[in-house]
Amino acid sequence: MIFDFSNYDQLLPLVTNSLIVGALLAVVGGLVGVFVINRDMSFAVHGISELSFAGASITLLIGGDVVFGSVIGSLIASLIIGVMGAKAKERNSITAVLMPFGLGLGILALSLYQGRASNKFGLLTGQIVAIDEPQLVSISIISAIVIAALLIIWRPLTFASLDVEVASARGVPTRTLSIVFMLLLGLSVAASIQVVGALLVLSLLVTPAAAAVRVSSSPFVIPVLSVIFAGVSVVGGILLALGSSLPVSPYVTSISFLIYLICRGVEWVKNR
Amino acid sequence: MSKPLLEIENATLEIDGRVLWQNLNLEIQPNEFIAVLGANGSGKTSLLKAVLGQLPLRSGSIRLNSKKIRRGSRRIGYVPQHRQPETTMPLRGKDLLWLGLNGHRFGFWIPGSKARAQFDHIVEAIDGQELIKRKISGMSGGELQRLRVGQAVIDEPDLILADEPLSALDYNQQAAVAELLGRESREHGAAVLFVTHDVNPILGMVDRVLYLAEGSFRIGTPDEVLTSETLSELYGTTIDVVRNQGRILVLGAHDDHDHHHEEVWK
Repeated sequence: MIFDFSNYDQLLPLVTNSLIVGALLAVVGGLVGVFVINRDMSFAVHGISELSFAGASITLLIGGDVVFGSVIGSLIASLIIGVMGAKAKERNSITAVLMPFGLGLGILALSLYQGRASNKFGLLTGQIVAIDEPQLVSISIISAIVIAALLIIWRPLTFASLDVEVASARGVPTRTLSIVFMLLLGLSVAASIQVVGALLVLSLLVTPAAAAVRVSSSPFVIPVLSVIFAGVSVVGGILLALGSSLPVSPYVTSISFLIYLICRGVEWVKNR
Repeated sequence: MSKPLLEIENATLEIDGRVLWQNLNLEIQPNEFIAVLGANGSGKTSLLKAVLGQLPLRSGSIRLNSKKIRRGSRRIGYVPQHRQPETTMPLRGKDLLWLGLNGHRFGFWIPGSKARAQFDHIVEAIDGQELIKRKISGMSGGELQRLRVGQAVIDEPDLILADEPLSALDYNQQAAVAELLGRESREHGAAVLFVTHDVNPILGMVDRVLYLAEGSFRIGTPDEVLTSETLSELYGTTIDVVRNQGRILVLGAHDDHDHHHEEVWK
């Protein structure tokens, strides 16, 4: 039996931390995702997440803080992709080179690791009750930084994403902005991995925003919808996973995919 | 004469060891409309980049409002060559216009009454009541260029830089976009530096021509510069300037009209 909600009230307190973190990550993922779509960086997100996974695995092996490890891995990857892959064409090949390297490094570290197997698996595919107090604090801080910084640079970053030539003529520091955005993206990936895992980060950082741009063209409605979609996916996924023996990520990814399909459908009906 | 808006003094630009132009002296007054002409690779676009501080000069200086130029400026409006938007985001016409007013602003910002008046003025000027509601991804070249001119002039800049804004447009669209740019710049006393390979659509509004060729240049009124004699001297070979029904044709210069639209911004 997949679902068993009989002792739900006793299970719920176990995932309170995850729910809080999930809601925060939904805001982060929903907002960052708008620019991931906007700047055509979906593939880069995947690349960053593999290096983030490597960082997390290595710290798990040497007994350090996993969130710290994934942040370091993420930031290194985003800086490399941001600096060396300023042009879209180069970015894809650099990402493709980094990605298997990161994944391989992570798998190496995990196979040397002697601890609990669920820790290993969780980094790749997500985990539901694994968020402890220190992690809650560090993910909250990361989320607050990303959200605040994004709101501050939102408009210049939109301008730079629309037309880098015109924006820089107007004095917008486009190069700095693109590096800052890569760092924020790295932080978002590192935080998201703790819940949905490295392989499924895209479902949080790309799918909700990709769904939102299907049904709206307003620069205010798109981020709001994107955050709502991400929130429904993560929080809904955690609540569903609680009543089952399966990990959290299939639920998150399925809900987020379903929302995307519905938005495609709505768009199709509107354009008919 | 009033104080010059833009002062280019003894400027020499060199890219990868090749001198594009040297000892360029040019003072631009407010309200002046200057066409920048010349063959491909003569450094027309590079001149705009130098004015934006994006290309360092080998020697000389450029000052805007008596201040040394920095990387970009709010006092500058920029109209790029037509191309499809880089972003896949479904922005609308009005979002494009607003970015001309607030795109450089960080943080939270609510348009005041002045900004809203500027916005309404530009919407009317570009005849864009319908245009502003549509997604930019489905717009024609002429529609998008009208919006881009609107975006460049909405913040009432002192200097408008235009890089081949009429290329890839048909004749009627060229006339409409050129007329809009000329009218809006005159209204606010802005100077215009207009890079183009074809002077004809803007001939009626040009005060002076800067013609770049063979590492050198000529500056003057269209009648002074666009003559067989001046251009032959500049190119060092025989150039024929033909005037026909108010249109000017430069024959013999390496002016790659046909594949100009393949030029890409780097």
